[in-house]
Amino acid sequence: MHELTKKFGDFIAVDHITFQVKKGEIFGFLGANGAGKTTAMKMMCGLLRPSSGIATIAGYDLKTQSKQIKKRIGYMSQKFSLYNDLSVTENMQLYGTIYGVKPAALQVRIRESLKDLGMEKYADKLVGAIPLGWKQKLAFATALLHKPDIVFLDEPTSGVDPIVRREFWDRIYKTASTGVTIFVTTHYMDEAEYCERICIMSNGKVMMIGTPTQIKTDIGVDSIEAVFSKFVKR
Amino acid sequence: MQAVVVDHISKCYSDKVPALKSVSFAVNQGEIFGLVGPDGAGKTSLFNIMTTLLFADEGSVTLLDMDVECDYKKVRAVIGYLPGVFSLYPDLTVEENLKFFATMYKSSLTENMPIIKPIWKQLTPFKTRKAGKLSGGMKQKLALCCALIHKPEILFLDEPTTGVDPVSRKEFWDILKTIQKQKITVIVSTPYMDEATRCDRIALIQEGEIIKIDSPEKIVKGFEGSLYSIRVKRIFDTLKVMEKCPIECIFYPYGEYVHAVFYDKNEVTIPIRFADFMKDNNMEYSDMKKITPSIEDCFIELMERRKSE
Repeated sequence: MHELTKKFGDFIAVDHITFQVKKGEIFGFLGANGAGKTTAMKMMCGLLRPSSGIATIAGYDLKTQSKQIKKRIGYMSQKFSLYNDLSVTENMQLYGTIYGVKPAALQVRIRESLKDLGMEKYADKLVGAIPLGWKQKLAFATALLHKPDIVFLDEPTSGVDPIVRREFWDRIYKTASTGVTIFVTTHYMDEAEYCERICIMSNGKVMMIGTPTQIKTDIGVDSIEAVFSKFVKR
Repeated sequence: MQAVVVDHISKCYSDKVPALKSVSFAVNQGEIFGLVGPDGAGKTSLFNIMTTLLFADEGSVTLLDMDVECDYKKVRAVIGYLPGVFSLYPDLTVEENLKFFATMYKSSLTENMPIIKPIWKQLTPFKTRKAGKLSGGMKQKLALCCALIHKPEILFLDEPTTGVDPVSRKEFWDILKTIQKQKITVIVSTPYMDEATRCDRIALIQEGEIIKIDSPEKIVKGFEGSLYSIRVKRIFDTLKVMEKCPIECIFYPYGEYVHAVFYDKNEVTIPIRFADFMKDNNMEYSDMKKITPSIEDCFIELMERRKSE
């Protein structure tokens, strides 16, 4: 990411942001509502064209190769993105097929993935009828079916109970350990601590980047929440 | 006097698991009462029943001695409701929205202005802006003004801070405290455990059942087991190893620490025995200390205990 910028008319939503994320890293993206997180994320996914700046995602150029990028990334949005009136398996088939996974391979991956989640008994249930915590884990697994290099998680744990929230992070760690890069936004400050590095955005700009420990030491406070308040004070 | 009495309310939507299972509680007048629980716990169903928008299958709700089903019209006049989804008119201006709600309740902008003044002041610069063009925080403040403009005696707020950043969340709770000073009873739901401490009393709700009702202080005091925070290098790897810990305990990540709840009677020797265990497994840790639980700790502990019972 180099000097990446997005303007909407006169409004600069993302203002010359520059950073690098390593392969297999868990990278947290924090900021107040309206700080530009979602806009930045949409650009990285190739869903929004940057006004200026350059970016390379999974080795591809954002401006000229956004098609290739889309094949190499997974995305899970803050709003639940699966279809409630399709079954668990049907949802996975749909997304896997859209991402071009071959039918035979897809069957195997769906089976493996449901087994890994302990969700085999839900396979034929409608997604609308399963508990939220399960849905979120399922959405994450679905975003991984095509074995992407990078997965973008936009507030994946909003509203989820404290135990499931932690189970979700356990899955994030497992996934990262297989070499998948995790890019995650959250409003839970304790979750910021689980990231290897975090980036704090405010008014479209990157305010700080570093490991949680580094950032707390630099600012001289003992919690990420305190760091956050410092940058978001109006 | 009790402002709200919820008596054995049950609700089941067609063919699905029950949304509410015989829920009972009472809220005192002038109290800030919190319904704390994750999505899908039944908070919104309960709000819709309390605000006359949904019939319960069983049980009753009484607001200021009025039954929500028989006296629904009178009930509606004395309550304010901020639903979980933004429900103002995006194509009316800020002022038009407020005027609309005031008129609906046969009130006016001036009559109850003192109540909303502190919040309205922040909105005044945007008076002529369309409500749909406001930022998230401002939208919510406008919605709050609209829910208060008829001077309700009870205010219902369904997840007013979900998806809102920590700083704006704090600000919102400061506003609630000023509303409480006007003798308005506030019932508020939230999935954020840390906000529970801002309520006078809370009900922890999970899967349609209330698992605990008390003041946050008393819930913390009633915590079973001894809670330790432990600093470790690689949290999720360490947790795998801790599964083998011979001392009866539960443990979970908590920000940069691991929290462990030990149920062992012989408390004094816990740190020593834990140290031995970690040493045997070549795991490093530091800063092990006994701490006061947060509401989130209480919630996790209660849920884990229910699971094992």
